[in-house]
Amino acid sequence: MQIEHSIGIRELSARERIFKVLDKGTFEEILPPSERVFSPHLKILGLPIAFDDGIVIGEGFIKGKKIFIAAQEPGFMGGAVGEVHGAKLTGILKRAAEKKPSAVVLIFDTGGVRLHEANAGLIAISEIQRAMFSARKAGVPLIVLSAGSNGIYGGIGIISRCCDYVIITEEGRLSVSGPEVIESQKGVEEFDARDRALVWRTMGGKHRFLINEAQCFVQDDVEKIRDAVSNYFDKPIPLDFKNLKEEHAELKERIDKYGDSRDAIEIWGKMGIDNPQDVPSLDFDAFVKVANKVLQHE
Amino acid sequence: MNKLEALCHKNFPLGHKISIDGDMIFGEATLSTGPVSILGTINQASIGIDLAFSMASKVIEIIEKYPQRPIIILVDTQGQKLSKRDELLGNTGYLSHLSKCFEYARDNGHRIISIIYNEAVSGGYLALGLIADESFAVSDAQIRVMALPAMSRITQIPLDQLEELCNSSPIFGPGIKNYIALGAIEDVADENLCIELEKAVLKTTNNDTRAKSGLERGGRNLAYSVINSVIDA
Repeated sequence: MQIEHSIGIRELSARERIFKVLDKGTFEEILPPSERVFSPHLKILGLPIAFDDGIVIGEGFIKGKKIFIAAQEPGFMGGAVGEVHGAKLTGILKRAAEKKPSAVVLIFDTGGVRLHEANAGLIAISEIQRAMFSARKAGVPLIVLSAGSNGIYGGIGIISRCCDYVIITEEGRLSVSGPEVIESQKGVEEFDARDRALVWRTMGGKHRFLINEAQCFVQDDVEKIRDAVSNYFDKPIPLDFKNLKEEHAELKERIDKYGDSRDAIEIWGKMGIDNPQDVPSLDFDAFVKVANKVLQHE
Repeated sequence: MNKLEALCHKNFPLGHKISIDGDMIFGEATLSTGPVSILGTINQASIGIDLAFSMASKVIEIIEKYPQRPIIILVDTQGQKLSKRDELLGNTGYLSHLSKCFEYARDNGHRIISIIYNEAVSGGYLALGLIADESFAVSDAQIRVMALPAMSRITQIPLDQLEELCNSSPIFGPGIKNYIALGAIEDVADENLCIELEKAVLKTTNNDTRAKSGLERGGRNLAYSVINSVIDA
């Protein structure tokens, strides 16, 4: 009997993800762990540090195209953003605005702001956001990938949608507030964080793709992720008034059509999906078929 | 007199006209430099999809009706709305859209200034306060990511240790002084805000200088150098 070989990136570390996604042997890391750029604040609190502060950044190639890349380390403080971590992200985006690679690929996997350096983390997220806008205005497409175990939450969830494209796997999640935060502040009646099915259908990849919070739904498979990412190279979306107003109209329509829905299943039904209650259990191909049918319809 | 009225009375003595719609405030004021648009929130608003969308509509309206007019954001928010419905419908998309509207306005000659006049928390502060070119706060305003007791519970660091560290570091504790030290808020006394506001709307550069200010003020010693070493690598 053969043990099935995992070819996805969900279970990998940040550095492993980058090595898998990039063309072999092309990664050049900026501020690697050997340079010992880490958080001074964690040290004061007597907590473990990471020599890359939980984020790997650098340059490389995908399918022969030069790109910049960043990946948050899911295993270090839940991928959370502190002063140094955030500055590395801001730096790589500002560098992209100057050097104009074919894209910046952002493999986010995070709960948001790192509470142990909360103020610096929150300001850093605003700085990353401004740097994202600079890179976009320089014509560099920004591609976010949500395929990790933490999902993408908090301020990074918000600014992910300031990028050109979000690619998500079924296991990926994208939201502002996490289930536990909502439950702890508003009660279990508002959101039962232990109801994993509820979490997936509210914040998970399928729903995010269906309502266009993510523009591409992909299998957790290295080659398919490389295809999906490279599909957007050199295709920046201008931050112009036409696109802004189009997005405005789309968001208005979403509230008008689905604003009174209590659950994702209700929304999927309104979108015209037959048997919407079955969506969570559909496999990749069956789901894509169903999704394309209603998305074309729109 | 409530905080909003007090703020407007003090800082827009040449006149202001503001209407309140739910948790949103909207209107205009006159500075000696000319008219400015006012947009903001009240009642420690939590920012969900409806409020973010309404505010984005107003930013677009300002861009279309009043080209290049400065926008002053009056901030009072407890953060993003914590609700199943708002996450279900994609609060990420609505909050980021609001930011794109402000960014587009900025690029088209609208100065964006924020004033924290009561409370600014977390995602709401990101969307309405930190998005500005220049940001001010009145002296009794509150800014935070999370209150210390909750932070202690989640990080499992004893409250007294956190409180002690707050005295020596601006890095995680609530408070305007901390955000000034980190470079996010300008250090202006309440009585000078009116004058500084007029100076702020006249500026034309909109580079992000917060990391540099954070270094100069001794609050963030690494961000600026790390950003630059990545750019120059």
